[in-house]
This record gives sequence, structure tokens and C-alpha cells, in this order.
Amino acid sequence: MSEMLTSRLRNKWQKNLPIEKLLPDDQPAYVASWIYVFGVLTLSALGMIIFSGIILAFEGPAWYHTSSLGTFVNSLHFWSVQLFFVFMVIHLWGKYWMAAWRGNRMATWMTGAVAFVASIATAFTGYLVQTNFDSQWISFEAKDGFNSVGVGAWFTVTNLGQMLLLHVAFLPLILGVITVVHVLMVRRRGVVPPIDAMPSNSEAHS
Amino acid sequence: MSTAEKEIFDAAPWKGKTKKYDFVREGVIAVVVVTVLAIFFSLLFGSPDEPPLTFKGWAVSNSDNFYATAVQELAGTSGTATYGAPYNENGDGLNIGPLWMQRWAGVTRPIDTVNDFVIAPLSTQIMSSDIANALAAWKAASDSQKTTWATSYDDAITKVEGKISDVAAGDYGPVPVLAQGLTEMAKGGALDAALLSQGGFFQTDNTKQILFFGDGSYLDDAGTAANLQGGTWGMMNETGRYPGQAWLWLYSFWYQIPPFNNEESKPIGANADAYIMGLMGLLTLGLILIPVIPGIKTLPMRIPIHRGIWSQYYKSQGIKRRKK
Repeated sequence: MSEMLTSRLRNKWQKNLPIEKLLPDDQPAYVASWIYVFGVLTLSALGMIIFSGIILAFEGPAWYHTSSLGTFVNSLHFWSVQLFFVFMVIHLWGKYWMAAWRGNRMATWMTGAVAFVASIATAFTGYLVQTNFDSQWISFEAKDGFNSVGVGAWFTVTNLGQMLLLHVAFLPLILGVITVVHVLMVRRRGVVPPIDAMPSNSEAHS
Repeated sequence: MSTAEKEIFDAAPWKGKTKKYDFVREGVIAVVVVTVLAIFFSLLFGSPDEPPLTFKGWAVSNSDNFYATAVQELAGTSGTATYGAPYNENGDGLNIGPLWMQRWAGVTRPIDTVNDFVIAPLSTQIMSSDIANALAAWKAASDSQKTTWATSYDDAITKVEGKISDVAAGDYGPVPVLAQGLTEMAKGGALDAALLSQGGFFQTDNTKQILFFGDGSYLDDAGTAANLQGGTWGMMNETGRYPGQAWLWLYSFWYQIPPFNNEESKPIGANADAYIMGLMGLLTLGLILIPVIPGIKTLPMRIPIHRGIWSQYYKSQGIKRRKK
């Protein structure tokens, strides 16, 4: 009798990503640079974006125009986005100069790059739902780019309702899933060894 | 060690020296750092929030421009009326060589500037007999008569460079009264809601308002004043002294250089939006595929920034820098 799909999935998961790999309490000694903190800083900023975004979602897109608390929460959202991109870009450049796709880690790089693109799309729709002059201006200007390649036929940047739904539901879902997959891939493969590291350097200290 | 052997070594679990590493502690510290920074910037700087423009503001501050734009909407000469897909079939749209992608899906967001921007909003109002008669005359006229009235009035306004009081007398039918009626409606603040609702109750689509705004000079002037124009890196700017979408710097960059920044330059400058979209699509694909692009994927090995990142490791193992 063939193995159940459920048990096959569980066995594969346990083989590739046991809890010791998912949440290890040690790391290779070469993990000793400030560049390593920018991944977790990016995740933390994303957490703050989601937290402040949920509060804004409960109060509606126009709340922050008229409430000092709303302005503060909107500011948290705004600055978290700025921090998120600063951390993510540093993380991305760091991984590039580490050639972090080495050793079967190509998919990890690719999911990270896709997460970067999804973040830009999510932030862009955020700018469109500010319900202020900036969103008027951005929507009028941006429509030409999307229309020029046919995307505007469905992705209507001047449609506040559509942009709001994409911003608070669809795009965060996509970004969240990609981010989880990316982090799981990092944990499965481990942190990439230094360029020019050799087995003799590795095993000599084991 | 061959490239294949190196790849196998890089993929294998690390067998060398390890050290204790507390991920949870690192995560907690990161959350605290981000929270403190976000609160600090929020309290110190707040966030940008310039109030939206209104049709009332436009009609009051630049009545002639609003009036002339209303006439263009009736004449079918405004930017929206001649745009093409996805709003109407009155323009070819942009292309990349033989690819006219803008037209592929056809008209998916139909906009009839005559009715949607002027006649329908005006019809929602309690109106004077002058406007009621003008609306009745417009609705009763043939399409060719409407076009003749509106285009001759539009031409007359263009001839005096938009100064309505200087327009020569002529046979413009009900167009001047309709334009004046819409201007008064806008000045009273009723047009914003009428354009949005279009007779309905629940509405969340601001397309008609935004497009009408863009047909005149009011929105454009405000964008210039706020330093938001695309030709001056405006795409990555924010209103006030706030950081904008700096991550769009590369997208914005192309609009600053020839041939993209010259609308007269064919075919690229005249279709800059489409070409830049296509170019950024390719570059985005390139970013994702960096691990397989020759030259780009090996650059990190040749430029020794990694020597700084793993300096402790290289020092402890006595690994010298590669020879060029």
C-alpha cells in the first residue's frame, strides 16, 4: 500500500527542515558580521508595518486626516515602510556581494528578489490609498505607465476601492507567503559559507 | 577544487567551527530597535498629508481653465477624450515596435467625457431655466451639430489663449451655458460628489474625477509646485520634506535621460512610458535571475567586498585574497 500523502509530506519536512534546523541555537563561526542583522531587521519592520496597518484598516483610510492618534499610527506605518526598504536593500546588496546563491541556494535568492518586487507593489498601492493630494497625483501619473503596456485594463490605479483591497489583502498575502518561503529556505540550506572557504578550513576545526 | 566540487561543498552542512547564536534574542532586539526608530521618527516628523485638490478649488482659483476644460470635454479634444484604451477608442495609445499592448484588451473602463464629465453631473442639479434649456437643446441636437458647436467654441477659446471673456461671438449653441453651468456647479462644491456617484450610492472608483482633473492645468500646476513632475525625479518624491518612494529611483532615472525624456524623439521618446515599463520588466527579471547571469554572478568573487564581511573568518583561517 502506498504511503499516504500526509505522511510523505511530514517525512519530507522532517528530513529537510527538522526543528533543529528551523530554530537552531548555534551557527557557523563565520556568521560574525553586522550584515547578518539586516534580514531580521527587515522582518521586524514588516511586522511593524502589519501591526500599524491593521490599526489603520480598522479605522478606515480617511481616519488619519482628522485624528491625532490616527496621524501617529499613519506615521508609524509610513516610517516603518521607509525602514523596511532601507533594511531590505542593505540585506539584498549584502547577499549579492556574498554571492549567497551558492550551494543550491538559487531559489532562496530568487524568492528574496520576488519579495523585493512584491514589496514595491505593496508600497506603491499604499501611496495610492493615502486619500490625499499625493495619491491624486500618483494615480494620475502612474496610470499612463500601466495603460501603455495593457496592464491598466485591469489594474486601475485611479480606482481607490481596487487599490485599497489590493493593498490590505491580496498583496500582503503574496508578500507574506513569499517571505515565509524565503525564510524557510534560508533555514533549510543554512547560511552560505564564505567565498573561498575550503573543506580543509571547515573540517580542521570540527 | 573544481567549480562543481565547490558547489557541493557550499551546499553541504557546515562541518567547521560553530558558535552559540540566539535567534530569539536577536529577533527581540530587532523588534525593539525598529519600534524605537519608528516611534522616534513618527513623533519627530509625523507623516505627509497634503489635502486633496477639489473641483471647487480649481473652479474658484482658475475659473477660465476649468471652463475651457469643460468645453474640451464636450468637444472631445481633452486628454481623456482622445486617450484611447482602456477608456475609449479615440486614440492609438503607445506601442513598443509592433506591440500595441495598450489596445490588446480594448476598452475595459469606458469613459464618455461628454456625458460622464458634463451632461450627467449637470443633470443631477436643480438648475436654472437657462441651463435646463441648454441641456434640452444639447440632447435634442444631432451628433454632428453637437460636434460643430463644441469644437468651434473650443477653437475660439484656444485662439484667445483660454481667456473666456475675450472669446469672439459666434454660433456655439448651448455650449457656453453648459460650461458656465458646470463651472458654477464646481464652484458650489457639488461636482466632486456628482462625478463620483454618477447616480449611484456606493462608489469607490475615483477614475472619472482623477482623469477630469488631469485634463486641466490645476493638477499639473500643483504637481509642479510640489516638485513631483516625472522629468525632475518626481516619481520618487513625496509632498513636503518627506522621503518618497526612493526604491523607484531606477524607474525614475530613465525619464531623466534621452531618448526617454524627449517626447519628440520617435519611436522611444514618444512611447517612453511603454519602453520604460518594458525595460524595467526586463531588469526586474534580471535581478531575479542574477545567479545565472554570466559576469554579474561572478562579480562578487572578483570584487573583494566579501573580504570585509567575513574578515574574521579569513583571518582566523589564514585565507589570502585571490590573485587577479
